[in-house]
Amino acid sequence: MDYDLFLRYGPSLLRGFGMTILCWAAGTALGMLIGFLLALARRLPIPGLSWVLRAYIEVVRGTPFLVQLFLLYSGGPFIGIRLDATTAGIVGLGIYGSAYFAEIFRGGFAAVPKGYVEAAESLALPPGAILRRVVVPTMLISILPALVNMMIILTKETVVLSILTVPELMYEAQTMAAETFAAFETIFVMALFYWLLVEVVSRLGRRAERKLTSHLTQKAGAVS
Amino acid sequence: MNWDVVTRNLPYLLEGTVMTIAVSLAGILVGQVLGAFICVGRISGGRVGETLGAVYVSFFRGVPLLIQLLLIYYMLPLVGIDVPPLVAAVGALGLASSAYVSEIYRGSLLAIPHGHGEAALALGFSEGSIWRRILLPQAFRLSVPALVNELILLLKASSLISVVGVAELTRVSQSVASSTYRPLEAYMAAGAIYLIINGALALLGVLVERRLARS
Repeated sequence: MDYDLFLRYGPSLLRGFGMTILCWAAGTALGMLIGFLLALARRLPIPGLSWVLRAYIEVVRGTPFLVQLFLLYSGGPFIGIRLDATTAGIVGLGIYGSAYFAEIFRGGFAAVPKGYVEAAESLALPPGAILRRVVVPTMLISILPALVNMMIILTKETVVLSILTVPELMYEAQTMAAETFAAFETIFVMALFYWLLVEVVSRLGRRAERKLTSHLTQKAGAVS
Repeated sequence: MNWDVVTRNLPYLLEGTVMTIAVSLAGILVGQVLGAFICVGRISGGRVGETLGAVYVSFFRGVPLLIQLLLIYYMLPLVGIDVPPLVAAVGALGLASSAYVSEIYRGSLLAIPHGHGEAALALGFSEGSIWRRILLPQAFRLSVPALVNELILLLKASSLISVVGVAELTRVSQSVASSTYRPLEAYMAAGAIYLIINGALALLGVLVERRLARS
């Protein structure tokens, strides 16, 4: 192992890691937002809308992420969407994630007992408050594992952005490998950083899960 | 939109489609065989088998597929092992899917009630025929939906092997896009083909499942 290499390439690798985290965080946030809105819109009683949204979800889930990225990045300019590689990567990640998040949220909505909503309605809570204070907190408990799982899948998908020349970790590591022929160091760096990212995300997920379900798992007789 | 570009290049796109399907099938085949071994190793290989299997699965599920592919294709030559693109592609897809497949098998095996194996043992079945006649047929039936799902995921993942230059659907659509300067149409055509294959696979899965449920 050539430790000198890490000193020389450390800054660019760290910058790449920062870019990976940025793309992942922004893409995930965008995906969740679009996914939530999609799931919400599918519940509206507008004829045909649910069908159109379902088609969107099926198309996004049925095609490879790489093809979606190419379509957005090199096909986009032909219909007036001109994005640089990083923005295209983030938007692509958001679109890709949105279809999966939409399905997760849909399952969450379906899992909220009808009685909760009816009770809130009979207490004259406005619809916005029902959504915010009754439906979302309840569904979050049941869908959190699936959400975290999808977030972890998206950390791994960020690697594909390197093909669009987004200067994230994979791209920087490949540059290092190409310039120095240092195979093992490159593998070591990538394995370490991606493992770190996945570990942190799953730990945060577990912590969030504990926090959300603490009222369900409290021992009998415990005083909070 | 100029769909002429697509119709003119359709033969190439279909050639790429055949390559995509072939590589995915080869990958899932490797994955099935390796996955079965890993699963059996984890269940009946003692503590060593369990640990090795767990490390293997967590590595191949935790490391992004593109990295695995480039590891095989670019890094192995640096230590003196030359790998042709197609071998690297099938190898990477097979290794990655073996980790997922072994978990699918393990889940279905664990879902079979203990009593089935014990009853067979009490009736004097040998260990080999317990696996062959009692456990594996049931495990297979339970794992069909997950395996079809895995095949669809693998088919989509196979687009990544375009990076090492295998002329599969994504790669072909890339060259159609750059030679005709019509990326929108080329990639939409590629997406449509992927969608059709995945739809057909999902349908096939439903049919097989129904067939297995009837018997």
